[in-house]
Amino acid sequence: MSQVPSELRYTKDHEWTRDNGDGTLTIGITDHAQEALGDLVFVEVPEQGREVAAGEACAVVESVKAASDIFSPLAGTVAEVNGALADAPERINEDPYGEGWIFKLSPSEGSAFARLMDADAYARCLDDE
Amino acid sequence: MPFIPHTPDQVAAMLAVIGVEDIDDLFDEIPADLRAGELKGIPAALPEMEVGRLMAARARADGQPLCFIGAGAYDHHIPAVVWQLVARGELYSAYTPYQAEASQGTLQILYEFQSMMTALTALDVSNASLYDGASALAEAILMAVRANRHGKARRVLVPRGLHPRYRAVARAIVRQQDIELVEVPFDPAGGHLTREALAPFATEPFAALVIPQPNFFGVLEEVDLLTDWAQAQGALVIGVVNPIALALLSPPGEWGQKGADIACGEAQPLGMPLASGGPYAGFLCCKEALMRQLPGRIAGRTLDLEGKPGFTLTLQAREQHIRRSRATSNICTNQGLLVTAATIHLALLGAEGLERVAAACHANTRRLSTSLCATPGVEPIFDRPCFHEQALRLPAPAADVLRSLAAHNILGGYDLGTDYPELGPAILVCATEMRAEEDIATYATKLARVIATRTQARCPVEPKF
Repeated sequence: MSQVPSELRYTKDHEWTRDNGDGTLTIGITDHAQEALGDLVFVEVPEQGREVAAGEACAVVESVKAASDIFSPLAGTVAEVNGALADAPERINEDPYGEGWIFKLSPSEGSAFARLMDADAYARCLDDE
Repeated sequence: MPFIPHTPDQVAAMLAVIGVEDIDDLFDEIPADLRAGELKGIPAALPEMEVGRLMAARARADGQPLCFIGAGAYDHHIPAVVWQLVARGELYSAYTPYQAEASQGTLQILYEFQSMMTALTALDVSNASLYDGASALAEAILMAVRANRHGKARRVLVPRGLHPRYRAVARAIVRQQDIELVEVPFDPAGGHLTREALAPFATEPFAALVIPQPNFFGVLEEVDLLTDWAQAQGALVIGVVNPIALALLSPPGEWGQKGADIACGEAQPLGMPLASGGPYAGFLCCKEALMRQLPGRIAGRTLDLEGKPGFTLTLQAREQHIRRSRATSNICTNQGLLVTAATIHLALLGAEGLERVAAACHANTRRLSTSLCATPGVEPIFDRPCFHEQALRLPAPAADVLRSLAAHNILGGYDLGTDYPELGPAILVCATEMRAEEDIATYATKLARVIATRTQARCPVEPKF
């Protein structure tokens, strides 16, 4: 059973979102997603400063067997990206909720975070799969 | 590697498993009016002897004219061993080898081809080829627009001095993706691209500048200056290059301060016969930073489980069979057979041989130009240096002159009038290493006679009594 930390929010597409409490959100892919993809060999992070819509494809993770788009869970501006993934994409496999974060977002609407799926709902999603 | 089609029994067995009666039922989704149906106009089958007679007659109709046309496809010497080797059973397939365990030879050839192309262009990565030079340019433009993520510009500056067919093909391929190709005029005196001509088009952001070297007129562009100019505006630089010319000219990866970002072109001059226009092969190379934007097959060198070197297709996650609709391109194959010929051709010539071919082409074309311009009224249109083609102005309509020359068994050049009416009566001539001194002398003599009959006053018609 993969980890689903309770303090995070989730999407059906297996992205997680953390509220940093400073007006930014951190986004990555879930433990389940990294396990399904297998060993990651490349991550294309979004451009810093890019404006993204909710559900817009803005990053790509590529494993030895597949490439997947990462969708921004919410609308906003890309505040920071995890540049370390360029040389070490395996960080996502090793620590999907920590060192393997992908980008930080300044959401255009502060309350939108609360409307994302909570850990229980995401865990039920995984059970259904 | 045999490719064995299914027998009717096997087809019936497979249909039975999925519960379908007829193969056509699987294509129900495609509306009837979009189906090709029966192909009309195909004559009844001929026996081998009849086909032989027909083809011999058609070959005779072509004749064996002296060819002074280049314009994108070039009549170079191809050593006999090239196609002798290509036709070996182990290599004689145009198809991409998916099964690395059964295709080491083909994969190694693709890898060698890529290595040779990166050496010629001085760039980091090459793919295993595309359909032809024009479609390679279209893919290069799509790459540049994709890579321009920050600026999001969808304009690309394309000089009017670039091959007209390349411009047309690129436009046909990219226009549905909402990409604008902006045509930049050439300098009327030099035939080249200048910063002054470019400046008015740079007031809005653009994703890339295309630089042909040489351009369609054979004229050498100021690649260093143009590359620096475009990159200073935040745009990428796409070089469209002749692979033979690269033996003498500075490679795209060394243009300007930072080098061109992408280089593409037509591989036909490397061991492929003219063959009425194809099939040829395109090449496409880029800097490492753009590697994941590069479409098409890439063969890589790796180690097997026992630690022995081997070859396999790599970086396939960019491709259609993995990334589906979000693949870098719908290009899903390469010109395997022609690339095999190009690789063998280049391996035979070596760096020195290629340089000698390039130098001979340049020298022959200069000799040709000097000989033809001895006829009054025939003169170079542009004053810039050329590689192995030159645009000449004629004192009579180009189509008429070329028709008269053809009657003398000479293909005298490419009529520039259709694509560049602004040049007046003008032809583009080329003499590769294949044209001997006496061929050039023959052409010059015939041209002088043809021009004379069309320009000189006839004999006085008024009889004196």
